[in-house]
Amino acid sequence: MNNYLTDFWQATPIVSLAIFALLTLIVDAAGKDKPVLSYWMSLIGIVVAAGFSVASLGASTPLFNTMLAQGGYSSYCNLIFLGSAFLCIVLSRNYLERLQYHRGEFYVLIILATVGMMLMAAALDLMIIFLGIELMSICLYVLAGFIRKKEKANESSLKYFLLGAFATGFLLYGIALIYGTAGTTNLALIGKSFPQLSHNSLFMIGAGMLIVAFSFKVAAVPFHMWAPDVYEGSPTTISAFMSTGAKAAAFAVFVSVFIRTFDIGGTKLSDVLAIIAAVSMIVGNVTAIAQNNLKRMLAYSSIAHAGYMLSGIAAGNIEGETGILFYLSAYVFMNIGAFGIISWMEQQDDKKLTFDDYAGLSSQHPAVAALMAIFMFSLAGIPPFAGFFGKYYVFLAAVKAGMTWLAIIGVLTSLISVYYYLRLVVLMYFRDGQASIEEKVSAPAMAAISCAALFLIVLGLYPSLVVDIAKGFFKI
Amino acid sequence: MTLETILFYALSFVSVGSALMMITRRSPVMSALYLILNFFALAGLYLTLHAQFIAVIQILVYAGAIMVLFLFVIMLLNLGDEKKLSEKMSYKKIIPAGLSFGLLMELLYIVSYAKSDLPLTHIERATEIGTVEYVGKALFTDFLFPFEVTSILLLAAIIGAVVLAKKKLD
Amino acid sequence: MLEGYIPIFVMLAGGAAFGIVMVKLNELFGPKHPTEEKYTTYESGMEPVKSARERFSIKFYMVAVLFILFDIEVVFLYPWAVTFKGLGVNGFITMAVFIFILLVGYYYVWRKGALEWD
Repeated sequence: MNNYLTDFWQATPIVSLAIFALLTLIVDAAGKDKPVLSYWMSLIGIVVAAGFSVASLGASTPLFNTMLAQGGYSSYCNLIFLGSAFLCIVLSRNYLERLQYHRGEFYVLIILATVGMMLMAAALDLMIIFLGIELMSICLYVLAGFIRKKEKANESSLKYFLLGAFATGFLLYGIALIYGTAGTTNLALIGKSFPQLSHNSLFMIGAGMLIVAFSFKVAAVPFHMWAPDVYEGSPTTISAFMSTGAKAAAFAVFVSVFIRTFDIGGTKLSDVLAIIAAVSMIVGNVTAIAQNNLKRMLAYSSIAHAGYMLSGIAAGNIEGETGILFYLSAYVFMNIGAFGIISWMEQQDDKKLTFDDYAGLSSQHPAVAALMAIFMFSLAGIPPFAGFFGKYYVFLAAVKAGMTWLAIIGVLTSLISVYYYLRLVVLMYFRDGQASIEEKVSAPAMAAISCAALFLIVLGLYPSLVVDIAKGFFKI
Repeated sequence: MTLETILFYALSFVSVGSALMMITRRSPVMSALYLILNFFALAGLYLTLHAQFIAVIQILVYAGAIMVLFLFVIMLLNLGDEKKLSEKMSYKKIIPAGLSFGLLMELLYIVSYAKSDLPLTHIERATEIGTVEYVGKALFTDFLFPFEVTSILLLAAIIGAVVLAKKKLD
Repeated sequence: MLEGYIPIFVMLAGGAAFGIVMVKLNELFGPKHPTEEKYTTYESGMEPVKSARERFSIKFYMVAVLFILFDIEVVFLYPWAVTFKGLGVNGFITMAVFIFILLVGYYYVWRKGALEWD
């Protein structure tokens, strides 16, 4: 009998973060009404886990009877999730205090959701993917409804839960069919027999069901219905977390299952994904124009971004993999930055969430307006910022895979998106208005958002920083 | 016919019948009771497949604990007079019904034509694979890590239940 | 094989039959003198005013959810107990970690007062 217990000492990022989650929960339960302690505990946990991830960026080793990969690709993804969680926690403190819902569980749930995401990225077995997705989703269902008195929050939590449970059904059915035909849930073994299995109709249905389940998690059309309502109703910082961390985790799984295991380039699955990508880009961008609520606008924009990234998956080549990894690194920070600024502006009862509320922001708060402008430019994909290179890499991957039409749709829809992103910038700078932030923005939150913006600029100027690391993971 | 085929047909009949009864009943409590019957029939089916452990779990967790929760939720919502619920057919009902019927047909078609696609690798070990000993051994050696993750998952669910459903917060 | 389940089946059938037969026998031999009055809710006292189906408090739900979560823990204990001897110290540590994590959950629930009937 093999003894896998010792492997726990090696799976450092995940295990350390899980231990910190437990400690935070104990601290929260022991000392009532001291959520600040939980806040600090969770931040320390994230930093420790990030340290372990950086240390293991190099080689990747399979652990626990090839259930979990430690290091390499998974460590890089960990850093993305941890960055998202860190920013979300820093932004949440003031936000929750203002709403009088500052409770320790909030941080514990974010940490546990992050553990789930890390499991998803590190999974070498379909079973771990399932457990990771569930752990992440359950925490997010609860977080979406954290502001219990708000009706919209309840609605969004329930909607997310019901549709999420439905997607879980698809996921399990897909895993069952794959297990039934391949005789194993291990990704490497499935990958080995994929050439034969791809002619097996039951296996292909299973793979199709995985596409449905994962597309739901990344909010790609036609499985995007939940996103606008859920993002609108949830606490704004949680919308930020859902649209960045959770989406990045789902894409990490997409890459590890559909590119690294199935090697879908040129198969029917790749065509299916290309169509989903194209429809997501078109529907997301066109619908975003009509939105007046910023949270809804960002929800539709995040659907469109899911479409851009999916074209990298559909391409199914090394360029696609590295492109997605780069895209995620940039996307997480620009989206969380935009949501973070919205959370500063927002007031009780969902006020100050429309475009017009931002008119003239630059004269009142020049720094905040400048930061928001950076995030909007980056989301639109305008050159010096990182968002541009993200799009560039995934579209390049699509062209190399012979899907030029997909890249053309991507470029055209990006042009549409420029309209609604820049509309906000124009309002902030060239329109008179009384836009203001009632309460002072806390220094840590300001620092965190500024760091995110700085990161976008650095990444935009030196994209090779990330691309070189990413390429190292996918060389065979 | 062997004992197994007779049992299979009897149990399948009960499970499909109770499932149909469950979705056609007006009263949610009746639906829940038919669901319990369905769970028992499924447990029986698992037994005919030599999956004793799953059969026990099916009764212990589903027919026992989950059903309690179902009944509680029904009483918690207390929708009132079910007879008032509308019965009108509208396009909003027909389209999803048609879609799910199409999906069912598609799946039946593929499953019936793709039987040969299923490998039958474990068949000679079928009698031992479902026993509690076998499940336990697999769970605590090869699948040790998923097992530990399950505890974290349960922990998250505990926190979620308290955060969302506790009447008074602090 | 399946024949091994025959005793269980016989017991289940016997139990069900016993219950049904007893009730039916009672119905058959018991004295029956129904009157209008006997069909009312109380022969004397208040008239019933509304449906007996009251809306449940969420407190019951809370207890039920927590029960299920710890019930699932038991599901894992069952195969563990069966294979315990073969697993050795490692098996013990594995389960200790599992239970400890859920114990943290229990401690949380307890401290937050979710087990109190407030």
